[in-house]
Amino acid sequence: MGVARYWRQQDQRYNLGGSKCTICNREFFPSRTMCPICHRRSLGKMEKYHFKGFGKVTSFTVVHDPAPGYRSQVPYILATIELEEGDLVLGQIVDCPPSEVEIGSDVEMVFRKLSEEGKSGTIQYGYKFRLK
Amino acid sequence: MKKLAREVAVIGIGQTKFGEHWDLSFRELGIQAGIKAILDAGIDSKRIDALFIGNMSAGQFLGQEHIASMIAEEVGLTSNQIPATRVEAADASGALAFRQGLLDIASGLHEVVVVGGAEKMSDVTSDIAAGFIAAGADQAWEALFGATLPALYAIMARRHMKEYGTTMEQLAAVSVKNHRHGKMNPFAQYQSEISLETVLKAPRVAEPLGLFDCAPISDGAAALVLCEMELAKEICPCPVRIAGTGQGSDALAITNRPSITEMRATKKASERAYERAGITPKEVDVAEVHDSFSIGEIMAIEDLGFFEKGDGGPATERNDTTFGGVIPVNTSGGLKARGHPLGATGIAQINEIVLQLRRKAEGRQVKDARVGLAHSVGGTGGTSVVHILEVV
Repeated sequence: MGVARYWRQQDQRYNLGGSKCTICNREFFPSRTMCPICHRRSLGKMEKYHFKGFGKVTSFTVVHDPAPGYRSQVPYILATIELEEGDLVLGQIVDCPPSEVEIGSDVEMVFRKLSEEGKSGTIQYGYKFRLK
Repeated sequence: MKKLAREVAVIGIGQTKFGEHWDLSFRELGIQAGIKAILDAGIDSKRIDALFIGNMSAGQFLGQEHIASMIAEEVGLTSNQIPATRVEAADASGALAFRQGLLDIASGLHEVVVVGGAEKMSDVTSDIAAGFIAAGADQAWEALFGATLPALYAIMARRHMKEYGTTMEQLAAVSVKNHRHGKMNPFAQYQSEISLETVLKAPRVAEPLGLFDCAPISDGAAALVLCEMELAKEICPCPVRIAGTGQGSDALAITNRPSITEMRATKKASERAYERAGITPKEVDVAEVHDSFSIGEIMAIEDLGFFEKGDGGPATERNDTTFGGVIPVNTSGGLKARGHPLGATGIAQINEIVLQLRRKAEGRQVKDARVGLAHSVGGTGGTSVVHILEVV
């Protein structure tokens, strides 16, 4: 894959950069060009919004059979996390054994390596989460 | 709801056996299914006006795009340059191709249309295939973070267990039942029973889901001949009426949906199909639903209105979804046992429903079946397609 594909989403992946509709004041992650509730009224009225990075686990899995490129991380915990602002985000939970994770666990964002495209390919970085 | 301009019937069905066909190419699978359906319809191929093919990812699995032209030529339909179109919505591609064929005839554009579905998955290794299947989820916001299709369904499963008390045994009961059904289907990839213990003790793919909670990687093709109803009554002894069609969409990523224990796309697609058919879920005699993962069937039988939300697991355990129960579900073996060649699945489901309504399903015949439903999901629920068929 070309580098630009990942580069253009760096702020979103590195800093949980989303957007906020200044009409209805809802925050969105990932960022959106248009508010799905306010539609055309929101055009040109979307602001950048950085999520604080704190949230609760709403569900999770422990992946044993990964997609190519993730084999070295197995087994890894993948969770849906409800951020304090109310948006859901999908990410890995790291730095703890799966037995310590529960639905309802408090987590905070950390910055980690996500994947690499083989030995000579690019490395992708972004958000993961750890127990708080 | 306005009526479709014209009624449409299924007049021919055909499919290959599903499984690992090392000796057959994509083209050969497509031809086998297409020819069977055309012969079953008993029509001259010169009468075929158009072709629609459901296929998720020949571009990834085979490096081959533009497959509608390829299949049309192989089935001998390019002599008159009929329109041939590929339709894609991940593993709902086949069901969507069926819907396009239906709308094509209903609109008055054409009289006889062949719809097919095909996928050739075994030419790549299983972990490569898993990566391709994950292309039906959100690449930027799910797959990049390590999500696979089983992982996303596993997250839905754990939440369903938390909210409704669904158990591992109930999930396993779906696969046990579908293998029991598949044993009676000569086209099924797996024609053998499995025990509850085997399912529960299998290696975990993504907890809580194990190997036997997941549909296999399969090669296969299926096809149907659709025909305008008045003409169908003239040329076919047993036309099956397409009574209802419904399609729904939802966010591609599960995190952009308000709930992950139901599929809104399925609820809406089925409401639309029931309304068009003028029936309620209670009137459905037999259903083929999208069990790419065991939790998928449990959510489907709830979202389609066969059971209350949260009762999908207990209903399966009570044998409500097998022969003699409230509604036999996946009499073909479902995606789990019949196999799941992505683009072919939606067409194979209709094959099974038509067989049931023709009363030709032999050992797995649902007694007096008059109304059948087919339900197909793309990826984790970004697309859902529901069709209702009935005896004329």
